Amino acid sequence: MVYKIILGIGLTITIIAGLSFPMVEIPRFWYEMPIVPGLEDKARIIFFHVPTAWVSVIAFISSLYFGIKYLRNSEYTNDIKSVTAASLGFLFCILATITGAIWAKFSWGTYWNWDPRQTSIFILLLIYGAYFALRSSIENEEKKATLSAVYSIIAGLTVPFFIFIMPRIVASLHPDPIINPQAKIHMNPTMLIIFLLSLIGFTGIYIWMFTLKVKFSILNYSKKMKEQE
Amino acid sequence: MRKYIIPIFAIFQKDFKSELRTRYALNALAMFVVTTISIILFAIANETPSYEILAGILWIIIFFSAMSGMARTFVSEEEKNTVMTLHTITTPVTVYFGKFLFNLILLIVINSFSIILYMLLMPNFEIKSPDIFIVTLALGTFGLASTSTIIAAIIAKSNTKGTLYPVLSFPILLPLLLVVIKATKLALEGEIFSKALPDFQVMLAYFVVITAGSYLLFDYIWKD
Repeated sequence: MVYKIILGIGLTITIIAGLSFPMVEIPRFWYEMPIVPGLEDKARIIFFHVPTAWVSVIAFISSLYFGIKYLRNSEYTNDIKSVTAASLGFLFCILATITGAIWAKFSWGTYWNWDPRQTSIFILLLIYGAYFALRSSIENEEKKATLSAVYSIIAGLTVPFFIFIMPRIVASLHPDPIINPQAKIHMNPTMLIIFLLSLIGFTGIYIWMFTLKVKFSILNYSKKMKEQE
Repeated sequence: MRKYIIPIFAIFQKDFKSELRTRYALNALAMFVVTTISIILFAIANETPSYEILAGILWIIIFFSAMSGMARTFVSEEEKNTVMTLHTITTPVTVYFGKFLFNLILLIVINSFSIILYMLLMPNFEIKSPDIFIVTLALGTFGLASTSTIIAAIIAKSNTKGTLYPVLSFPILLPLLLVVIKATKLALEGEIFSKALPDFQVMLAYFVVITAGSYLLFDYIWKD
């Protein structure tokens, strides 16, 4: 209970700070952030867009993890966890796509231009869509769980191709090479703290939603089992 | 090794013979390719399409003909109720590789047919670097065959078999398709072989990864 209150307050502060802290040429006070060349105020999206993308990836990995666990021991709870993670991942994936597209409209002048990042997230959406289409077309619960776990593993196998190979095939305009050219974190401390708080906050919200939905689904499942008896 | 190869060939032979008897896939697929290419020819009318578009269209034809041809790989076993027989007489690994081999041969036949037609009918389609083109086609066919086999095994257990197949395959095949389209474009532009080498590495890696994954996961799909 306590951590939920802390999470709520913390995330509120992060959002207010992320939106309202001024961006100046040379930061002098602790609450001032430096101007990112070429992005200016549009750089604030990093506090909201990156965490949603991060959560959608975490959700995908945890869905994969519970899928593998299900294949190993055939516990129905693992399948419930896997599908819950996937559905939350789908939600966050849509959020990341929309926030990214809005940002792209203002930075690149168009909502969608098939940047490698946009292609990758589009494929993640497609994988999630295919996963749910597969689940809805199988009636037998065990078969459904097994096959969707297998499918998510095969889909997971192709992810490295997108992460490592796509950027080499097509040049990207995505700002992490601009903000962060050496692939090392050297953001301004204020920005970094807000960014990390936002990451933690979004992950916390994800875990909260996840546990709640898993509890609900397990209760639902046992109710259905009782009705069948 | 012999322990595996003989049963794999037996499965392949069974499928091959039943295909020769009915010619379900071959006839339908040949007509499919002819229809698709003629629709494209009507659509482009007298335009000369660029290399990028030509390469893209070629792989769209190959992708969808594979999707309509391979879908029945495992569905036919379910329909004829021969799954139990295969369960009792063979191991999952042999079933997977036998089916993979059959799909591979079918794809090679269909792909050569579509490419010959495409070369004859498409304006502006000249392969200037045959070496790049042949390697791309070979590696692309291998990757396509291994992915379509495993996805065909998954959809055989579902209710909406035919429609689900391209939906499930597309996100998995996309990395391969992007690379083969790029390499085909290089072949049309007449680039030197070494320029396409990174793409070949990706195709080979894709084939190995998907085949290894399918080999490990096929047990779970196959057992009831």
